[in-house]
Amino acid sequence: MLDTEAISGSFTPGGPSCDYLFLIAAVPMIAAGVIALLKQPYRKTAATLAIGSLSISLFLSLIAFANVVSGWMQGVATRTVFNFTWFQFGATNVDLGWVLDPLSAIMLVMVSFVGLLIFIYSTGYMKDDENYTRFFCFLSLFAGAMLGVVIANSILLMFMCWELVGLTSYLLIGFWYQKPAAAAAAKKAFLTTRVGDVFFLLGMVWLFSQTGTLLFYNSGAGSMEADALNGLLAQPAAWGLTAAGAIGLLIFAGAAGKSGQFPLHVWLPDAMEGPTPVSALIHAATMVAAGVYLIARVYPLMAAGMPAGGTTVALTVVTWAGAFTAVFAALIAVAQSDIKRILAYSTVSQLGYMMAGLGMGGVAVGMFHLITHAFFKALLFLGAGSVIHGCSGEQDIRKMGGLKSDMPLTFATYAIGMLALCGFPLLFSGFWSKDGILDAALHWSVAKTPFYMLIIGALLTAFYMTRQMVYVFGGHWRGGKPAHENPSVLVAPLWILAFFAVTLSLIGTPAWPCFRAFLDGRAAEFNWDALMESGLLLLMGASTVMVVLGMIFAWRLYGDRSPKPTVPDALEKIAPVAWCLLRDRLYVDELYGVTVIAFYGWWARVADWLDRRVWGGVVGAVAGGFALWARLNRFLDTRVVDGGFDKGCDELAVGGGLLARVQTGRVQTHLRILALAVAAMALMLIWSSRG
Amino acid sequence: MTPLTGYLLVAALLFSIGLAGALVRRNAILVLIGIELMLNAANLNLIAFWRYGPHPELLTGMIFAIFSIAVAAAEAAVGLGLVIQIHRHAKTTDIDQMNRMKG
Amino acid sequence: MSVVFYVLAALTVAGALAAVLLKNTVHCALALTVAFAGLALLFLNLDAQFAGFAQILVYIGAVAILVVFAILLTKGSETPRDGVFSRTWLVGLVIAAGVFAVLSWAVINSVRVLPHETAVPQVTVLQIGNALVGRYVLPLEIVAVLLTAAMIGAVIVAMHEKVGHEKEGQK
Repeated sequence: MLDTEAISGSFTPGGPSCDYLFLIAAVPMIAAGVIALLKQPYRKTAATLAIGSLSISLFLSLIAFANVVSGWMQGVATRTVFNFTWFQFGATNVDLGWVLDPLSAIMLVMVSFVGLLIFIYSTGYMKDDENYTRFFCFLSLFAGAMLGVVIANSILLMFMCWELVGLTSYLLIGFWYQKPAAAAAAKKAFLTTRVGDVFFLLGMVWLFSQTGTLLFYNSGAGSMEADALNGLLAQPAAWGLTAAGAIGLLIFAGAAGKSGQFPLHVWLPDAMEGPTPVSALIHAATMVAAGVYLIARVYPLMAAGMPAGGTTVALTVVTWAGAFTAVFAALIAVAQSDIKRILAYSTVSQLGYMMAGLGMGGVAVGMFHLITHAFFKALLFLGAGSVIHGCSGEQDIRKMGGLKSDMPLTFATYAIGMLALCGFPLLFSGFWSKDGILDAALHWSVAKTPFYMLIIGALLTAFYMTRQMVYVFGGHWRGGKPAHENPSVLVAPLWILAFFAVTLSLIGTPAWPCFRAFLDGRAAEFNWDALMESGLLLLMGASTVMVVLGMIFAWRLYGDRSPKPTVPDALEKIAPVAWCLLRDRLYVDELYGVTVIAFYGWWARVADWLDRRVWGGVVGAVAGGFALWARLNRFLDTRVVDGGFDKGCDELAVGGGLLARVQTGRVQTHLRILALAVAAMALMLIWSSRG
Repeated sequence: MTPLTGYLLVAALLFSIGLAGALVRRNAILVLIGIELMLNAANLNLIAFWRYGPHPELLTGMIFAIFSIAVAAAEAAVGLGLVIQIHRHAKTTDIDQMNRMKG
Repeated sequence: MSVVFYVLAALTVAGALAAVLLKNTVHCALALTVAFAGLALLFLNLDAQFAGFAQILVYIGAVAILVVFAILLTKGSETPRDGVFSRTWLVGLVIAAGVFAVLSWAVINSVRVLPHETAVPQVTVLQIGNALVGRYVLPLEIVAVLLTAAMIGAVIVAMHEKVGHEKEGQK
C-alpha cells in the first residue's frame, strides 16, 4: 500500500516564508550560551532562560505549523525552502538551508512541545542537584541542536546538528560524571553512535560528490529531487547496488547508530545512567527519533527506483533491521529488573517498529508511530522518574510495589502510557500507529516474516509492560522508606502527555487519515468504509488478541504475588536458561568486548609500542645524533680550535721570547747587525744596478 | 788605478778599521773612537769625489765635509759626556756589562 | 799615484790600526791623533786646504783632546781584567771584513765609470765664505743650532747631580 506520490512529493514551492525558521533552533542555542556564562547559584535565571527560549521556539513552531496546516486545508500542499551559500572553495559551494514542509512542521511542534514539558518537569526533578545551571545549559543546547536537525535542508547542516545532538547526549548521560558507571555510559554512547556517524559521513560525502549539491530541495536542483535521483540510479556501485541504494544504506547505518538498531543498540540501555528527564527527552522522544527522522527526510533517496509492487534494497535492509531489533529488544526487556532499563529496551524495540514501518509503509506510517511514541514514551519515562523520585532513588522494581495507592496520580498516567505502548485498542494512539505498521507489514511484497516478528513483538511488549506495572504498582511495598506522591510540577506534565497519548489517535485512524494525508500533501477524507475494510478489521482484531494474551500471561505469572527481591523471578523458574540469557542481554556487550574492544586494545598496544620504540626510537636517535654532534662540536671547539689557538699563542710567545733574545742589551750586538745589514743592502743595490 | 780609486780604497779601509774597532773593543770610549774614524773615512770620500768629480767649483763636496766635521765634533762631545755619566753610575765603561735593556 | 799619497795613506792606516788595537786607552787616543793628522795631510794633498786645516783645528785640537779628557775622567788608563776585546771579537772582525769587501769590490768594479784627473780647482776662503752664507746658508744655521744644542746637552748630561750623589761619590 505504498504511496508512490509521497516518494517524489507533490508539493508546490512557495507558501509561507521560512526565512526566520532558523530562529526556532537558534534561540535555545543562544540561551545555552548565555546560561553557560552564569555561575552555579543563578538557578532560577538558568531555568527561566531555558524554558523561555524553548517557549519561544514552540511559539514559532506553532506559527509555522499553522501556516502549513492552513495551506494544506486549502488544498495546497507546500514545501518552502530557504537556502544560502555558507562559503565557497574553488568551484564548490557549501550550502546551508532550512525547509518548512509538513514533515518538518509536525516534528518541530512535537520536539518543542515535549521538550518544553520535560524542561518544566526538570525544574522539579533536579531541584536538589547542585549542578542545576549546567543541566539547563546542556538541555537548552540539545533542544537547539535537535530543532536544527529537524529544519535542516542541507545535509551538512543536518550532520552538524546531528553531531551536536550526539555531543549533548554525551554531556547529559555523563551529567553525574563522578559516578564511574555514568562516565563509562556516556563514553559508550558517544563511541557507538560515532560508528554510525562515520557511515553517515561517508554517505553524505558520496551524495555530495555524486549529485554536486548539499541541499535536499533546491527548486529542482536538490539531491532529493528527480534529476539528482535519476542520476544516482543510473550510477552503479558495488555488489549490484546503484549509487542511490549504496548511499541509502550508508545513511541508514548512521541512523541505526543514533536510533539504536541492532547491532548498535548497546549504548541505549546504559544511557539510563543519566537523569530521568534526560532519558525522557533524549532517549525516548527526540534524539533517538532523529535517526527515524533522517530516514524519513531522505526517503526519496531510499525509495528511488522502486518498481511497482516491489521495493528497493535499501528499504528492505531497513525493514529487516527494524523488525529484528523490535523482537530482539522486546525479548531482553522481559528479563530486566531496572525500571528504566525496561523502558530503554522498550524504546529500542519501538524504534525497530518505526524503522520497519518506514521500510514497508512509507514516511507517514513510520512518522506517525514516531510522534505517538514520543508522547507516550516521554510520559512513561517521566512517570518512572516520578516513581524513582518518590521512592527516594530506588530503581529496582523488585524493591517497589503497592504504589497504586501510594502514588495514585502517577499510577493513573503511567497506566495510560503503558496501554498506549502496548497498543490497547481504539482509545490509545499507540494502537493506531502500531496497526498502521502491521498493516503495511501484512501487505509487504517481499516477505511476510517481518509481520510475524512484529506481531510477536506486540505480544512481548504487552507482557513485559504488564510485568513492570505489576511489580511497581501492584502488590505491597517491598522497599525501605515508604514512597510518597510528588509535587504538581512533576505530575502536571504527566497529565498533559497522557492527554496527547490518547487524542493523537484521532489523526491517524484509517477512517480519517489526517496525518498521512498531511504528510503526503493531499486532502484528508473522512471515510468510515475504510475502517470497515475486512482485512483491516481482521488485523485490528488479531493485534488486540495478541495484546490481551500478553497481558494475561503476565498477570498469570506475576499476578498479585509481590515476591521478595531475593526470590527468583517467576519466569526464571519456568525457563532458567532462557531467563539467564535474556537477563544478561543476550551477551551482545560481552561479544563486543571480546572482539571489537579487544581488537582496539591490541591495536592501542601496537600503536603504543610503535610510538615508544619506533617513533620514539627515531626521535631518540635524532636527539642522540644531535647530542653527538654537539659533543663533537664541543670537542672541536675546546681541543682543536681553542687548543690550537692556545698552542699558537704559546708558540707565538715562545717565538717572541726567542726573538727577544736578539735584544741582548749590548750595543755592540746592535752595531754588528747594523753593519751587516748595511753591507748586505749595499751589495744588493750594486748587484741590481749592475744587472 | 786612478787616484780617485786609491783614495776611495783608503777611505774604505779606514772605514772598516773604524768599524772593527767599534764592534770589537770593550771600552765605550774606544767605540766612539771607532765611530770617529768612520766619520773621517766618509769625509775623505767626500773630498776625493769633490776633487775628482765634475764641477768642483761648486764646492759642494768641501762644504759637505766641513759640515760633517762640525757635526762629528758635536756628536763626540755629547757622546763622551754620556760615557762619563755612565761611568759615574756603573763605575765602569765596559759596554758588555751594560746590558740591562735586554729582551 | 804618487809616492806622497802612499806614504800618507800608510801613515793614516797605521794610526787607525793602532788606535783600534792598542791595549792602553791613552795610547789609542794618541794613535787616533796621528790618524787625524794623516787625514789632514791627505786633504791637503787633495787641494782641499780649508778642509785640511779645519780637520786639524777641530779634530786634533778639540775632539782628540776631548777623548783624552774622557779617558782620564773614566779611569780608562786602567787595564781591564777581562781583556780589551769582547768575547765575540771574531764575529765583529768578520763583519768589518765583509763590509770592506763589499766596499772595495764596489769601488774596483766601478773604475770604468769613475772620472779621471781633472784640473786643480782654485779654492779661496772667500769663495767658501760666500758659499756658506749664500748657497748653503740653511745648513749653516742648522748646524749652528745643532752645535748649541749639543753643547747644552753635553753639559747637562755630564753635569754632577745634586747633593746626594756628591756624597755618594765621596764614599
